[in-house]
Amino acid sequence: MLPTLSTKVLLGLLEKALAIRRFEEMLVKLAGKIDVGHFHVYVGQEITGVAALDLLETGDLCFTTHRNHGHLLARGADPALMLAEILGKSTGYCGGRGGTLHLASAQLGFPATSAAVGGCTPLATGAAFGMDRLGSDRVSVCLFGDGALEEGSYHESINIAALEKLPLIFLCENNSLEALGQKAGEYPSSTLAVVRLTDLVAPFGVPAITIDGCDGKAVRDGMTEAIDRARSGEGPTFIEARTVRWPGNRPLWPALVTGETNLSMAWDETVIPEEFREWHTTQDGVLRFVREMIDEGHATPETVIALDELVQDQMRTAENFALESPYPEPETALDLVFAKSGSVP
Amino acid sequence: MREILYAEALVEGLRELLEADERVHLMGQYFLGLTSHRELMADVRDSFPGRVYYPPIAELGYVGAAIGAAIAGLRPIVDIATASFIFQAFPQIVNEAANIHYMTGGQTKVPMIFHFNHGIRGGGAAQHSHSPQAMLWNTPGLEIMAPSSPYDVKGLLKTAAESDNPTAFVDHTRLFDVIGPVPEDDYMIPFGQADIKRGGKDITLLASSFMVQLALSAAETLAEQGIDAEVVDPRTLVPLDEDTILESVAKTHYLVIVDECHRRCGVGAEFAALVVEKAFSDLRAPIVRVSTEDVPVPFSQTLERYIEPTEDKVVQAVLRVLS
Repeated sequence: MLPTLSTKVLLGLLEKALAIRRFEEMLVKLAGKIDVGHFHVYVGQEITGVAALDLLETGDLCFTTHRNHGHLLARGADPALMLAEILGKSTGYCGGRGGTLHLASAQLGFPATSAAVGGCTPLATGAAFGMDRLGSDRVSVCLFGDGALEEGSYHESINIAALEKLPLIFLCENNSLEALGQKAGEYPSSTLAVVRLTDLVAPFGVPAITIDGCDGKAVRDGMTEAIDRARSGEGPTFIEARTVRWPGNRPLWPALVTGETNLSMAWDETVIPEEFREWHTTQDGVLRFVREMIDEGHATPETVIALDELVQDQMRTAENFALESPYPEPETALDLVFAKSGSVP
Repeated sequence: MREILYAEALVEGLRELLEADERVHLMGQYFLGLTSHRELMADVRDSFPGRVYYPPIAELGYVGAAIGAAIAGLRPIVDIATASFIFQAFPQIVNEAANIHYMTGGQTKVPMIFHFNHGIRGGGAAQHSHSPQAMLWNTPGLEIMAPSSPYDVKGLLKTAAESDNPTAFVDHTRLFDVIGPVPEDDYMIPFGQADIKRGGKDITLLASSFMVQLALSAAETLAEQGIDAEVVDPRTLVPLDEDTILESVAKTHYLVIVDECHRRCGVGAEFAALVVEKAFSDLRAPIVRVSTEDVPVPFSQTLERYIEPTEDKVVQAVLRVLS
């Protein structure tokens, strides 16, 4: 379902969801032409990121993972500076030092992105600890996949967060449902003995909910409650947002096996091919969101197409900017190991 | 000048930092381990309610949380207690704290200190006797202080607290009873300034942390035999004051390194490499390292004594180098 919001706000959410989808498609296509290296895409999870992070305010901090592209775009990151970073250019968010694994923008509330699975949980917990001790009403959001629950760091972190009632939201994006790779006996995703991920939350006394990550209203409602709880000093919340893994995300290298997203599938069933029908009709959150926007009278096919063209224009601009940007000067590799204001001369 | 114990200087430094800046929080509260001085820390805890956090037994979780808290604006001083426990926290220290400023292109700072008591303390056996400073030294992005006197511990701690970088505070329980002059007035010791703990002309003894005390004792014994040893204490490994070390070697022409790390790839190995690379022609004999043998630290006292650096081993090493 759609969140209960004005048409204008809903169109804003849709624009961000489209930006994420088109950004990732641009990247996958680019990787077919030049060596981009290994990267992880957010296709299929757009509605979770967009609906959840839209609720954050300036100063709220997010700690994400290797699968971070969508999270930054959801908080308004510039796709040009993101792609430049992914290509290792000096104009990127981190000057080419972080790349796709460590995309960070302190200004946008992404102060440090860990690509070690489970790396973000203590950091996000600590940021919440800091906010709590500083008497701030900001919140910290820990963004991670189901795989991070296999790491001990999660268990140590939620224990600390629960004991200290920290202003923290564990937003676990379980994208392993019907993971094709696992079915095909390829690289496994979540390897947990527990049946329900929230079984790993209950013993700590932290409220936990499981929601459909493609249901914008469910995401927004769950996140609203979690943020309220955090801001009012009632402690952490755990949200499991479930999404089906995009068929193109077949391990380990993303490919556009479902083609570039054809938004007309949202209003014209006849253009949906038999192969991947289930994906296009029920599992693709972006198509679902568009379908709901049109069904509820917030958009028409024409407005959606116009918005998509605007987004695709931005991506072309971003691509040109990133490709034309220079690489960092080699000798600058020695800079920035330490913060200058410190005790190192 | 008044003379106080190392343990008192350390606690005085922590107390003054807590008084001076509300963003300073202690996370973990042993600092003085289980030694007889630990009551000094109980006083600190009582004086600053809400600023001394008693964490779960979860080094990965709470050290990582300190890193996150530093990112959010606190200036945490974390106690890992026995240095061997740092391995539980290595993913957060080595893979997060050390990298964050660099991999964000300088956007994010991690102003925190993590304190641990390293080394052989007597009966610690293999899992409570580590000296992990060489491993940390092999990690770009960490500043490392390793004080050896009451004056140094307080002055270096003050500087570390001002730093916007993650700083390893390499400490040793065998230093706690060392007594020495400490000014009543506030002072800081800049990082990257070695200290000549004892001037001498015949041979350089290069040591850090508790090994400085060992080297000073050995130097006294050597003096009785007419050998005038100079004891050089770098005080910080990152940044390292190479000049003072090289100048001492240029003067004495002989070098014995005293290091509590295991010999292979220990702190002493890097000291030796530095001198060989930059001052080979000043040396009149090969460098000798007195360090912990490359075996896990055994429990039994006789075994432990056999593998650790001792004053006698330092004296013998000097006599060998000069012969």
